[in-house]
Amino acid sequence: MYRYDEYDQKLVDERVAQFRDQTRRFLAGQLGEDEFRALRLRNGLYIQRFAPMLRIAIPYGLLSAAQMRMLAHIARKYDKGYGHFTTRQNIQFNWPKLPEVPDLLADLATVQMHAIQTSGNCIRNITADHLAGVANDELVDPRPYCELTRQWSSFHPEFNWLPRKFKFAFSASLNDRAATRVHDIGVHLVKNDAGELGYTIYVGGGLGRMPMLGHKIREFLPEVDLFSYLEAILRIYNLQGRRDNIHRARIKVLVKALGPEKFIELVEAEWAQIKDSYLKLLPQDIERMKGRFDVPAYVDETAADDGSYTAKLAADSKFAAWAKRNLRAHVRPGYAAVFVSLKANGVAPGDVTDAQMDALADLAEQYSFSELRATHDQNLVLADVARKDMYALWQRLSELGLATPNIGLLTDLICCPGLDFCSLANAGSIGVAQDIFDRFEDFDYQHDIGEIKLKMSGCMNGCGHHTVGHIGILGVDKSGEEWYQVTLGGSAENDAALGDRTGPSFSRADIAPAIEKIIQVYLEQRDGAEESFLHTYRRVGMGPFKARLYAKVSAETEVAA
Amino acid sequence: MSRLIRGNAVSADDWTELDDATAVPSTAKVIVSLARWRAERETLAAATAIGVRVDNSADIQTLWPELRDLPLVALEFPKSGDGRAFSQARLLREHCGYQGEIRAIGDVQRDHLQAMQRCGFDAFVPRDDQDLDDCLRALHEFDLAYQRAARDDLPLVWRLRRQA
Ligand code: SF4
Repeated sequence: MYRYDEYDQKLVDERVAQFRDQTRRFLAGQLGEDEFRALRLRNGLYIQRFAPMLRIAIPYGLLSAAQMRMLAHIARKYDKGYGHFTTRQNIQFNWPKLPEVPDLLADLATVQMHAIQTSGNCIRNITADHLAGVANDELVDPRPYCELTRQWSSFHPEFNWLPRKFKFAFSASLNDRAATRVHDIGVHLVKNDAGELGYTIYVGGGLGRMPMLGHKIREFLPEVDLFSYLEAILRIYNLQGRRDNIHRARIKVLVKALGPEKFIELVEAEWAQIKDSYLKLLPQDIERMKGRFDVPAYVDETAADDGSYTAKLAADSKFAAWAKRNLRAHVRPGYAAVFVSLKANGVAPGDVTDAQMDALADLAEQYSFSELRATHDQNLVLADVARKDMYALWQRLSELGLATPNIGLLTDLICCPGLDFCSLANAGSIGVAQDIFDRFEDFDYQHDIGEIKLKMSGCMNGCGHHTVGHIGILGVDKSGEEWYQVTLGGSAENDAALGDRTGPSFSRADIAPAIEKIIQVYLEQRDGAEESFLHTYRRVGMGPFKARLYAKVSAETEVAA
Repeated sequence: MSRLIRGNAVSADDWTELDDATAVPSTAKVIVSLARWRAERETLAAATAIGVRVDNSADIQTLWPELRDLPLVALEFPKSGDGRAFSQARLLREHCGYQGEIRAIGDVQRDHLQAMQRCGFDAFVPRDDQDLDDCLRALHEFDLAYQRAARDDLPLVWRLRRQA
């Protein structure tokens, strides 16, 4: 965990006081609707379809047990007993009442949490690899750099009124688990040939209406120059980004309009003027930041692994199935990172109840150094679990309904709140997720299908990242009815790509069967169980999928009957 | 005379903002558009003290030779949410080293003042409906900042940490 110092705490407390006063003035009629809207949005508060929605920041996905307990408290006290983890490692509550929000924020501040800049046209929560610090393909832990960037971007006086929202993601590993290429700025921590640490910078990625992959605008930026370079990028965007059309206002549109070369030229020219200014970090700034993160007190392998894990794997096939699916390798021998699936049958993806949150806080304390992480696939991770504790943890997670053995599989799909909660939605997404769950309930079948990322959004805004799903589903409105467009072949990882549309959209009744057909075609076409969906699609192309999906209607009616 | 905020106080505005059609009074301090300043520079400069209003799409560094000797530059917030003038103010202060008054005009609201001040604005003409005393308080809403900007008289977190 990053631990606040007195200054971090003071700033968050001052923000609570400021927001309390803004809310008071609004409720007293001293602050207009539009003015307050702009201000509350900078604090994560939307007015949604049924009620306000408050989005709380979980910087780079990292949560302490105490924070998780506070989220449980908030779910109970201000909401209807649950919260919703989002694709950007945040949590949302759908039912808080506006007059109570200042108190809610004050409660959050007591555990070093806030909702600062979680919405609005400003720099949003910084996301990162959910396996940061424990992954075995990692160069350095990216989180101190994320925290530096979080602080630099918090209440930045110049960049709080940008043309549009602005999202950062950091990655420091061989496998990009943070979808950096679909963020406004993607930062990769790298080493140059001289062995010095620095950053590769990508700009202009994004989903939504004009999905685009970020351009690499700098191969190597020295470690101490992070802030000056980011200021140069943001300044060019703030001054030159379009403000006349909300759908053309993201930085990706500016990069595309200027061309990456011209954009780079502008950024470099601006940077040349500020790179040796007060914005330069000192090595001790970075060291100090690293020092504020707790280091888990790992025990050695023999203490972490008493042999019970292997014995239980052999003795209990359900446990073995879960372990195979929901554990990931850990850099320390005897430990594993445990995925807590928030994709159980009958539950909206990403939803957690207050009781589950409390229990997870206990489990984190008991088994994982009091820390949890939120992933951008809407699951949670207990990142530092010793093998000797694994069976007991699994039993408890099973009781809580949090041990669905589906991480990375078809039903580990991500989906936005859609029509059930979001005023922008064209179509429901939670109901479709449920249909898919019902259809693929059988985990053996899912295991056979293997790793596949299904992502679904209720509208073009793409909060469910459908364009980078191996299978993407997008809700569209056809004269008042809910229809669904399907894309294949997207990816947000190292092999990042945008999905291709299959063709005409599917009705609500036909969408789950369509997904099943896509899976059937994949199973028929793949070159053995080792060939992934994505690889198969890239090899065989759209043809066979299209043929099956749009085969003559009579055949379809038979299947449906 | 209308009132404004300058130097942490509410004071009477000693400048008059003119549109391009109004005749220039011979003794006043006036703020004119950049276009008018360019067109009437000779006559204006002889008669009065001149400040110039710069559009928020203008490139400050390109304009700098024309602005450098002016006692006042007014930067505009045409509507709230359009934050270009925040960057313009920093460029004017930090890249150009401008020492004169940078005045915020347009949709200037209480809740944005402190950020404007940090970016280098030192005079504010709040919207008519704003309570000026309340605006003064808003300049001190935060007494700490993570980042340095044009004006760094606020205690800065990184500096405090380095000193610790
Ligand atoms: S994708 Fe559309 S429907 Fe879904 S949450 Fe985002 S804005 Fe709402």
